Amino acid sequence: MSDSHDPKHAHAGHHSPEEVDRYVRAAYFVFGSLLVLTGFTVGAYFLHLPKRFAITLALAIAATKGTLVAAWFMHLVSERKLIFWMLGLTAVLFLPLLLLPTLTVLDHIHLR
Amino acid sequence: MSMEIPYTVEARPDTGLTNGKIGIWLFLASEVMLFGSLFASYVMLRVGNAHWPPGATYLNIPLATLNTVILISSSVTMVLAWASLARNDFGRFRLFMGITILCGFGFLTVKYFEYSAKFHHELYPSTNTFLAIYFTLTGLHMLHVIGGMAVNGYFWGPGSAQWKTEPVHFMNRVENAGLFWHLVDLVWIFLFPILYLL
Repeated sequence: MSDSHDPKHAHAGHHSPEEVDRYVRAAYFVFGSLLVLTGFTVGAYFLHLPKRFAITLALAIAATKGTLVAAWFMHLVSERKLIFWMLGLTAVLFLPLLLLPTLTVLDHIHLR
Repeated sequence: MSMEIPYTVEARPDTGLTNGKIGIWLFLASEVMLFGSLFASYVMLRVGNAHWPPGATYLNIPLATLNTVILISSSVTMVLAWASLARNDFGRFRLFMGITILCGFGFLTVKYFEYSAKFHHELYPSTNTFLAIYFTLTGLHMLHVIGGMAVNGYFWGPGSAQWKTEPVHFMNRVENAGLFWHLVDLVWIFLFPILYLL
């Protein structure tokens, strides 16, 4: 099944060829960055850092990787405002979900 | 009365987005809350437990690292599959979408070996709290991988017939499937250090 170069399909979608090329170049860059950051994550584990520092570092690297995926793979760098409003609302609801249960046990937290 | 969903090809004038894209982002938002609630449970269980075992006590870090690389690679091939459609190259779309699906199978195969090793050593969700949250989080994530593979498989196979008749609609659907697949990758990016390394 080969539909390439069929005039009916020419310029499928609303993205210009330059825009598509930009996404593809970014995808390769992000791919390399994610691999390097994964290496950092695993490498940091074998350094046996103090627990609190190790947790902060691992989450910081994971957040960086997550940002790269969301920004470039999920096209958030060029997304419409409405999507950001939806994600903002999700973040506002997500934070209490994450923090409130933890705050209830704040008096007897153990981090080993 | 037409049952067709409006604005699947052209963007709605008021939102600037297709209805499919708004729908998938709303769904992803609900997924964030779903996994968020489980992450919150994990944090609460962990900080409330005086003897939380390091992940490496039970889990295999090299296998999990391999799975991380597999999922990251599948995200790139998913982008390349979508880009191939945008470049009007259906053959390369099939190739990259096929690789994405194979990566999904690769992830599940590695997970099978991981789970098998646990069961072989009689480590079950009922064994302790750590394993309970480990199996819950990774099991739910695995279900998402399977779901994503099913959707991608549909677009690779029978669903791809739409490319002949409605190429832009098909491309938009592939983009939406990609958004879900990237979320699956995103969730794993956090699961990996939290469960295996900390």
